[in-house]
Amino acid sequence: MIKTVLAEFIGLFVDDVPFAVTIAVWLLVAILVLPRLGVPAPALVLALGLAGILVESAVRRARR
Amino acid sequence: MFAIDWTHAGPTVLAGFLASLVEFIEALTVVLAVGVVRGWKGALGGAGLALLLLLVIVVVLGPTLTRIPLDVVQLGVGTLLLLFGLRWLRKAILRAAGIIPLHDEDALFAKEVATLSRFARATQGFDRVAVSAAFKITMVEGIEVVFIVIALGAAGGGLLVPASVGAIAALLLVVALGLVLHKPVSTIPENTLKFTVGLLLSAFGTFWVGEGGGFDWPGADWSLLGLFALFLGASLLAVRLCRKGSVA
Repeated sequence: MIKTVLAEFIGLFVDDVPFAVTIAVWLLVAILVLPRLGVPAPALVLALGLAGILVESAVRRARR
Repeated sequence: MFAIDWTHAGPTVLAGFLASLVEFIEALTVVLAVGVVRGWKGALGGAGLALLLLLVIVVVLGPTLTRIPLDVVQLGVGTLLLLFGLRWLRKAILRAAGIIPLHDEDALFAKEVATLSRFARATQGFDRVAVSAAFKITMVEGIEVVFIVIALGAAGGGLLVPASVGAIAALLLVVALGLVLHKPVSTIPENTLKFTVGLLLSAFGTFWVGEGGGFDWPGADWSLLGLFALFLGASLLAVRLCRKGSVA
């Protein structure tokens, strides 16, 4: 039962591995790199990137 | 004691309520199946035991997280909330586009009834099958509720009470529906609910990751509305593109 609950807990965050990895990498880039590059409105860039990742991943899954 | 600004806490209550509602409805379907097939003593006993354990987890973990610096919690919990919310949103998009089937509570209920009927009933004492089935589903779905409540409460900075109020209201509503209907709640448009929850959690997650990363959000808390609108627009676009993509 503990195994099931643990698997369910991990499954909360990771369903499609490439999707989860892309989100994590983008967050790292947004937090660590964007401020150093002096990108204006980094919060907006962060949000737009996430929206883009969502659309791309859903469309990729639909075409599979 | 700290005072809670309920106007400010409103979105947290709503997010906690809607997200918990989805999870409790799924748990209710199985608990009802257990009750109908194996009897209510085991069904309610198993579900009650799990709820008690989940409450202990919230009481222990929630205040512990508030002792960690807020920006660290916002980054960590915000990231998890984003993974969770965007995963949920992606699934809702694929369901809305007809790529994967909609969740069917009636089918789940029928399947559980068939499975539970295969086991012989205990003639005396506790029905282990009933208790364990009700405990397991309440625990599995409840863990998701606990995560959402703690994430919404801790990352928002002292919003554990509003997030818990939302979840408890959802629990009471689902219990009331169960008592009145005595059958699965299949009339609620579950994918629309999941779509909305995915949008809310993604907006909150993005906001907190930005806050934890030291970014300034234009309009401060009001930018949550903008984030909600951005993810809504992106999701609707994705549904259209997915429909086209699956036909092509």
